[in-house]
Parts: sequence; structure tokens; C-alpha cells
Amino acid sequence: MTPAVPLHAIAHARTGDKGNRSSISLIAYDPAHWNAMVAQVTEQRVAELFAYRRPSAVTRYLLPRLHAMNFVLDDVLDGGVNDSLNLDSHGKSLSSLLLTLPISLETNP
Amino acid sequence: MFYGASRSLLRIGCGAGFSGDRWDAAGPVVRTLRAAGGAAALIFETLAERTLALAQLKRQQDPQSGWEPSLERFVAPVLRDCVEAGIPIIGNFGAANARGAARRLQQLAASLGLPPLRIAVVEGDDLLGDLPPARMNELLPPALAGRPLVSANAYLGAWEIAHALREGAQLVVTGRVADPSLALGPILAHFGWPADDWDRLARGTMAGHLLECGAQVTGGYFADPGVKDVPGIARVGYPIVEIDADGTMVVTKAAETGGCVNRRTVTEQLLYEIHDPAAYLTPDVVADISQAELADDGPDRVRLAGVRGHARPATFKATLCYEGGWLAEGEISYAGANATARARLAADIVRDRLAQLGLGRLPLRADLIGVASVLADDAGRWWNAREGGAAEDVRVRIAASAGRREEAEAVTREVLALYTCGPAGGGGVRTHVTPRLASESCYVPRDWLRPRWSFA
Repeated sequence: MTPAVPLHAIAHARTGDKGNRSSISLIAYDPAHWNAMVAQVTEQRVAELFAYRRPSAVTRYLLPRLHAMNFVLDDVLDGGVNDSLNLDSHGKSLSSLLLTLPISLETNP
Repeated sequence: MFYGASRSLLRIGCGAGFSGDRWDAAGPVVRTLRAAGGAAALIFETLAERTLALAQLKRQQDPQSGWEPSLERFVAPVLRDCVEAGIPIIGNFGAANARGAARRLQQLAASLGLPPLRIAVVEGDDLLGDLPPARMNELLPPALAGRPLVSANAYLGAWEIAHALREGAQLVVTGRVADPSLALGPILAHFGWPADDWDRLARGTMAGHLLECGAQVTGGYFADPGVKDVPGIARVGYPIVEIDADGTMVVTKAAETGGCVNRRTVTEQLLYEIHDPAAYLTPDVVADISQAELADDGPDRVRLAGVRGHARPATFKATLCYEGGWLAEGEISYAGANATARARLAADIVRDRLAQLGLGRLPLRADLIGVASVLADDAGRWWNAREGGAAEDVRVRIAASAGRREEAEAVTREVLALYTCGPAGGGGVRTHVTPRLASESCYVPRDWLRPRWSFA
């Protein structure tokens, strides 16, 4: 194992919202990192990262042909764009939080 | 132009991806479509979830309003070119008053010296106007019982747009339709695909999905300096999709503009606000992009293939908006030595004062902009889990929701009073009190609604 790097070093992301649900795409820059992402950026780790927002469910969908995954986080937007007191009531900035998640990259044997 | 069963390529450009979008974005798109020749259409998507409720409120005050406020600013720069080149314009800028918008567009055409235009309106999305009260009540979630509804609109599909275009509409004005349907409409009109050709309907829907947010697929909302750089971003060009009779498409953008179209920009937008990639629900089709593939097709050109489709849902989705009280926001800045401590004290003072005034029950949030603001949650769990950072230039933001306007104003007055009663050195107070709208979704059986189009 090499030292962990933030996801930001190997992937990009974009957040969208519908009501009180946030969806965050996560896309590998290099297909070589795809397996590490699948192994380490799990529903459980993402749920832990966003635990302070009390998600009622975290679901991961894989799109292997695009080397991308899509996370759907339910009930994390304090009611969503119409109810939240957050400046960023859409939760647009949440993709940038996801990109802080540390990931370890295997060195080739 | 739209005869159906065409085998030739269709180009669809997007001139706006939301109500606040740039007024001058459509010009280069239309110039590119004209230069390319062949069949083309232009879409404007300007109707977010809340925008329609705001339009409905406006129409209640003035029946001669209720459409997109920037309607003319969006359309005027390109109307002559589109009419001359036979490029129909499709927009959901009708909002809460599609007929009013159509009249205004007819006036605009006259003022530009154009002959009277064939302008179609799509209606049937307004549940409050179209459904008997008993059926309306059946749809309401229990939480909404007794709340005053401001608007209730179903997301209609593409077929009314397609029929209007087949009958020669030069402009199609809609209220609430699913955003991708704005593009699927002209695609169906052009190619004449069967109504149950779910694979191709899904491809046309994804074309619309890639277009509907404007620059978000051409390098907008993408740049991350040093990591994801976008050339000429301040002149970002808006997207054009070229789609063929099989529904295979290439995403590109207006000529001689900035921005970029590559697999990264397209992947971000392809997945934007999609939940389950195998089941993207629209009124027209259930699209499946789980096996979708992107390939480079030259500079600023990306090809999308592998989209599949399934039968459309049995219901229409609808958004219900109701009055949601008032939002109070107030800000004040502290800088230099001990700025963060003074900022925290300011927030504590406001909380204490509101408790003294009997308003301690109002949901309230305090941010320290410069330390933490957007990632934190309303309940303060983010702050509680941290030691708390420090910064030398901090803006306190107080936000509270209140049922009555006077309560909201009491909150902003307390922020204002920090000038003389708060910590040392506070400056730059700004306050806002704004009405809020709350919203819920519901699902309407298809046969309850009567989507329809007509010439205005």
C-alpha cells in the first residue's frame, strides 16, 4: 500500500439534487484507478463521511463502461432547496467533500 | 421542415439551461446551426422546480404575467435568424401562463418586422386548473392537508411538442414539461419514431438530458484549476447535439466559442441528477444508461451510444408548492486579530436576544463564512464534531425561518443592531427577508390528465 491520497487526485465529481435527496457522481480520470475506487469508495465509507447529515440511505450505482459511479444520499439536504437554512440549499458543494475521502493506491507487484 | 420519418441528421441546440442563464448564449448556437444547414431546433430550459411557483404567485397578483421574466431577452437576439432558417424554438418559458408568453412573443415578432408566427402552446400541466378538487385532495400528501397550495404542476412529456411541430409550429411555448422532453419533441417530430420504440425514445431523452443544463456539458460547472482546466471559459459556448435516425448522437458546441466538450464534461452531465442509471424516469420513457459508452469523435465532439429504454411510467410526476413562511438572513463581518472569536460572540448575542424576545423557538442557523458555511448542516452536528477553525476575515451569517413576516424581521433587526450592541469592529451588515415556498412531489395517474396543444 502506498500512502493514501484524497480522491480529488484521481477522480472528479458533480452533485445534483432532487428534493431532499442528493446525487453525487464520481468519475475516475484514469481507468487504472477504477478497481481501487470500487473497492474503497463503498456505500459504508460514504455514509460515514456524510453521517453528520443523517442520510436515511446511501446507494451506490456502478457504471463500469464510464469508470464512474453514482451515489444517491437520501434525506441529507435539511429538507432540500425549499426548507434548508443552508446558503447552499442544493448541496452543490457536497461533491467537493466526497473528493476529500482518502484512498490508497496499490503499487504494482 | 418536420415531416417525420426523416433519415437525415437533426441538430438541436440549447440557448438556456436555467432562468438565470446568460441572455446572449443562444446567438452563437443559432449561427452554428444555420451554417451547418439541414434540420435543426433550439430549446430553452428556464423552469426550475421553484420558478414555476414564483411565476404562479406573480400571476395571482397580475393575470397579465406569470411567464419567464427574461422571455424577450432570451428570444429576441435569435428570433429573426430562427424564423428565416426554419429553426423552431421550443421553451418551457411559458411557466404559469403559456398563452401570455405566446402573445408576448407574437408582439416581439411584430416589433422585429417579422410576419405573424405560428406559435403553439402546450397545456394540461396545471393540476389546480385541470383537476376537480376531490381528485386534487386524493393526491395531496397528508403533510400538506390544509396548507395553502400555490401551484401544482405535472411534468408533461414530448408528444404534444412533437405534434405541434409536425403541424408547422415555429415556436412551442410550454409550462411544466420534463426538461429532456423539450428536445425529444423535435426529435420525434423529425424522425417519426413509433411511440413504443423505447430504445430510441430513451436516446432522444438522453440527448435532451445532455442539453437541458446549457453550458454544464460544455465546460461550465466543471473547471478545477490545475486539475480540470477549461479553455476560454469566460466565453463558454452552449451545446449542440447531432442525432441520427437510430438515436446515436454526438455532443458538440457552438462554433468559435470557449469551453470544451470531452468525455469528462459529458460524463458529469450524463450522470447529473440521475439516480439509478438503469432507470431514469421521464414521462416519455424509462431510460437506461447503465451500459452507455462515450467515444471521442474529433475536437469538442463526443459520441454517446449504448442507451436503452423501457416502457414509460404509468403516472406523471407532479410538484406541489405551498406557502412556506419566511426566511430571515443577516450578515456581518469581523476581521483581523481575534476575528473568529468576535464572530462567534456575535452569533451568540443574536441567539440570546431572540430568546429574550420569545423567538428562541425559531429554527436558526449561524455560519462563519470563511471558517465553515456550506458544508455544515442546519442542526450544527458538523460544528459539534470539530474544534472549530479560525480565520482572519470572517462573515457571520444568521439564517432563520419564521411563520410570520414580523418574526423574520425581528431576526434581521437583531443582526442590524450588532452594529452598536455587538462585538467590536463589526461591519458590512446586509439583511434580507424573503417569502419561502415549500414543495412536495406526487404521482398522477395518466388518464387523469389531458395534455394538449393548440395554436395560440
